[in-house]
Amino acid sequence: MQSEIIKRTVELFNSEEIVRAIGWRKGDFDYDLNPSIFKSSEDLEKNFVYNDFSSANLSKFLIKISQKEDGKTLVFLKSCDTYSFNSLLQEHRISRDKIYIIGVPCEENLDPSKIKAALGEDVLSMSCDGETVTVETLDGTKTISKSEVILDRCLACKSRKHVVYDELFGEEGEVLDSKRFDQVEILENMKPEERYSFWRTELSRCIGCNACRDICPACTCEKCVFDNRDSGVENKVATNDFEENMFHIIRAFHVAGRCTDCGECSRVCPEDIPLHLLNRKFIKDINEFYGNYQAGDDIETLAPLTRFDAVDVEPSIVKTRENVK
Amino acid sequence: MQKIGVFVCHCGTNISATVDVAKVAETLAKEPGVIYSTDYQFMCSLAGQNLIIDKIKELDLTGVVICSCSPRMHELTFRKAADKAGLNGFLLEMANIREQDAWVHKDREEATLKAVALGRAAIAKVALNEALIPGESKVTKRALVIGAGIAGMQAALDIADAGFSVDLVDIEPTIGGLMTQVDKTFPTLDCASCILTPKMVDVQQHELINLMTFCEVEKVEGYIGNFIATIKKKARYVDPDACTGCGLCTQKCPTKNVLNSFNLNLDNRSAIYIPFPQAVPLVAIIDAAHCKKLQEGKCGVCAAVCAPKAIHYDDCDKLVENKYGAIVVATGFNPIEVHAFNEFAYDQSPNVITSLEYERLMSATGPNGGTVLRPSDKKHPKTIVFQQCVGSRDTTSRGKTYCSGICCMYTAKHAMLTREKYPDTDVYVFYTDIRTPGKGFDEFHRRAVEQYGVHYIKGSIGKVVPMSNGNLKVQASDLLMQRQLHIEADLVVLAAAMEPDKSAKHLAQQLTASMDNDGWFTESHPKLRPVESPTAGVFLAGACQGPKDIPSTVAQAGAAASKAIILLIKDKLKGNPCVAHSAENMCNGCGACANVCPYSAITYVEKEFRMPDRTTLIRRVASVNPAVCQGCGACTVACPSGAMDIFGFSNKQIMGEVDAICQ
Ligand SMILES: Cc1cc2nc3c(=O)[nH]c(=O)nc-3n(C[C@H](O)[C@H](O)[C@H](O)COP(=O)(O)OP(=O)(O)OC[C@H]3O[C@@H](n4cnc5c(N)ncnc54)[C@H](O)[C@@H]3O)c2cc1C
Ligand code: SF4
Ligand code: SF4
Ligand code: SF4
Ligand code: SF4
Ligand code: SF4
Repeated sequence: MQSEIIKRTVELFNSEEIVRAIGWRKGDFDYDLNPSIFKSSEDLEKNFVYNDFSSANLSKFLIKISQKEDGKTLVFLKSCDTYSFNSLLQEHRISRDKIYIIGVPCEENLDPSKIKAALGEDVLSMSCDGETVTVETLDGTKTISKSEVILDRCLACKSRKHVVYDELFGEEGEVLDSKRFDQVEILENMKPEERYSFWRTELSRCIGCNACRDICPACTCEKCVFDNRDSGVENKVATNDFEENMFHIIRAFHVAGRCTDCGECSRVCPEDIPLHLLNRKFIKDINEFYGNYQAGDDIETLAPLTRFDAVDVEPSIVKTRENVK
Repeated sequence: MQKIGVFVCHCGTNISATVDVAKVAETLAKEPGVIYSTDYQFMCSLAGQNLIIDKIKELDLTGVVICSCSPRMHELTFRKAADKAGLNGFLLEMANIREQDAWVHKDREEATLKAVALGRAAIAKVALNEALIPGESKVTKRALVIGAGIAGMQAALDIADAGFSVDLVDIEPTIGGLMTQVDKTFPTLDCASCILTPKMVDVQQHELINLMTFCEVEKVEGYIGNFIATIKKKARYVDPDACTGCGLCTQKCPTKNVLNSFNLNLDNRSAIYIPFPQAVPLVAIIDAAHCKKLQEGKCGVCAAVCAPKAIHYDDCDKLVENKYGAIVVATGFNPIEVHAFNEFAYDQSPNVITSLEYERLMSATGPNGGTVLRPSDKKHPKTIVFQQCVGSRDTTSRGKTYCSGICCMYTAKHAMLTREKYPDTDVYVFYTDIRTPGKGFDEFHRRAVEQYGVHYIKGSIGKVVPMSNGNLKVQASDLLMQRQLHIEADLVVLAAAMEPDKSAKHLAQQLTASMDNDGWFTESHPKLRPVESPTAGVFLAGACQGPKDIPSTVAQAGAAASKAIILLIKDKLKGNPCVAHSAENMCNGCGACANVCPYSAITYVEKEFRMPDRTTLIRRVASVNPAVCQGCGACTVACPSGAMDIFGFSNKQIMGEVDAICQ
């Protein structure tokens, strides 16, 4: 697949259809890829990687590029990434006409931390043939079944469908009937004290690195409230012994209804905090209150929480509408 | 440096009975920025206001906090006082320690603590307040009255008599509303047409009233003094200016079997028709759904016989746009459908009818020219049973929880008129309670019982069973005598509950006017502002606001008209300076704010930004039209970055208040 993708991209470079491409670049290890800009076909041919570790959602990088640069930018998007792309488009954060999308098929990404946890830290390289993951370590070659080391978010994959693209590699996928709300239900069924202590335990590990916010394709504000001394929020974060309470609650509210459930926040968290569960609870509630809504499904449907509808004039009318249902 | 003055009001004993006002003043005196704090018996009195004015001048106050009643009550009073003393009125805040404290608490200690907390919040806010200057906008000297029943007509006449132009819109081909279908009217029993028709003619002839019948208000934008309405003129296929109302077309039209909605389908009319002989305008209209020419392309008889050539089969809906300063809503009400009430067999027998259908049976313009004959076989009914409260005061999903207000009276009217005209007819009325509060109303009802010998029975029909000869077996219970009754009736008349016109909801959405759960328009204040909707510049007249008889409808219409006139007579209106604005450097142009703005006040502009690296960047940012913004705050909540903010209620001010309360 990787070579086919490279071949086609080189073509696009040569025909001057695109002037740059955003993709995954080889890192220090072959399982440690970096999202990166390729400005030439040579660079791409040498350093572009598409494999089971190409997890990073590249859509957010398009904001700065479409604001600043001229010429078309190619971006590779997995199915889940296309939802983020649509959301950004809907929020006018990117310009569709400056972007060329190649939809790439996704066979569930692997989680390097899970592999290391199972086989030890001294990993030199990892590869996967579809069923089995083969790992070279300092003490020799080891194998593990793929199903044991799939990235958490991929276990609850909501859709293999690319909702937007110019060109698609592989087959057109389907929206999946994922069981992604199961874990939310477990939380909902906890007693309040249990739930409180669950979140407290999880969030107390937060080191305030902001990676979750920085990676989030819904968190694209020109000036984030947490970086804004005037916002009156920034200084709230540190007002009690449990400072990360505020940060996460405020952020969850800011992305409520806009979060596509791409799972990037949890993936990048160095402390493995299951942040997606907070946002997924919002998604579940929104679905239940206002009918099913998937952010990024298309660019026309407005999010239930940020839409004024003529029938919303009065809470009473909303109530009647409920009664009618 | 802040120099804040705090004034704590006793409100007689309204506040001081529950709140230790002296202690509140004393505690708040220690808050940062406060240089003066006192309590006083009536802050809103002239002496109270003078105290504020004197202290502002004497101490050169930079901000004022009044701990008293709700801002809705006296904010304006106090702001004016501050302005008088030379302090911008928006540098004054009120802490509501009456409605939100004294009136809802019993414990003096707790209420006092709460008053202090509310006072602190107001102090924290006022310290962040900025002087604001309201803008001005012009008033369009024209009114739109929606609905031309007796309410809309009265309002239009009054506004026009005051010298302002009025567009009077009705969705039906004729004006007049429900009263056109009523025969005689309680409590005086004068005929509805006799009092209504002259009014309809007055409306038509008034030079300042522009009648727009068979029209629908599609869209309303704008704000008080400057509304823009898009009105759909539905295709009538008859040129109203050319048509003389001679009616020849209606006689010649071969399609004669169309149900006549004016007579509630009790008889038929032709496809081209004039609703009734007194219709205003007296102009024919084609019922497109039944016209052979419009449906099948063949016929054309009416156009052939029309001497003034008024008929145009190629007519189509047209949209017109107009500006208005004030809007009066008068869309009225209608009886509910009674199909769900199976026990009364309305769907099984033509001899079970509604009260409005009974009005048509009694009316001289009705299906039988005013002789009451039962629909199945046109026989003279000898026994008539009336059932009140069908769907009123009904907590099941079939009906309405409220009392429809007029049914007791019109049923008494029906019973009395029937006995008067046909003394050989037995009349029974089943009622839940008799509710007749109104001048001469109880006397009216008693006359029905005592003078006309109507059998009033507290109770209800349990079941109506139609028989093959058209008669109805009525099984009912008499609650006072505790017994079952069996009556063989010729006619059963159901007093159906009243509900707001179904089209009113769309209108409410367009006007952003509130409705209650049942769809009645709500007033701004149930006691003190009964004819104003909470949306400024929109007034309510008649039965669209709640069930009403004619006298109350007319009174309310007059009141709504006078409110509209008070508005139209002004040349300029002061705007509300507490509007939204977006900080461009923080704005993402994401569109969340515009998506939630109920007044479409937000648009987007492309702005050039100088970046720190000396490059320029063009970004889309939000821009608020302050004349359209109502300061509702929806956008500020939707905005993730906090770029959107409201003057006078900034995120910071609100956060300041919350912090002060949580202290
Ligand atoms: C059976 C019966 C008997 C009655 N008898 C009596 C009586 O004897 N005495 C008495 O005092 N009262 C009586 N009433 C009550 C009386 O009919 C009402 O008080 C009166 O009709 C209310 O007037 P209105 O103008 O508010 O509403 P309506 O008469 O309902 O008029 C509303 C008008 O608005 C129009 N409209 C509705 N929606 C729109 C829209 N979206 N756009 C434009 N136009 C619209 C309608 O076509 C209509 O012309 C009786 C009522 C009933 C049902
Ligand atoms: S909150 Fe997390 S899951 Fe949601 S869009 Fe942002 S990164 Fe993706
Ligand atoms: S946390 Fe809120 S303000 Fe910050 S980037 Fe995310 S959405 Fe914007
Ligand atoms: S990525 Fe994890 S550790 Fe970093 S701020 Fe987010 S939750 Fe905290
Ligand atoms: S406050 Fe915001 S949402 Fe409300 S009317 Fe003004 S611009 Fe619209
Ligand atoms: S919601 Fe906020 S960030 Fe988005 S366009 Fe409006 S002002 Fe700008």
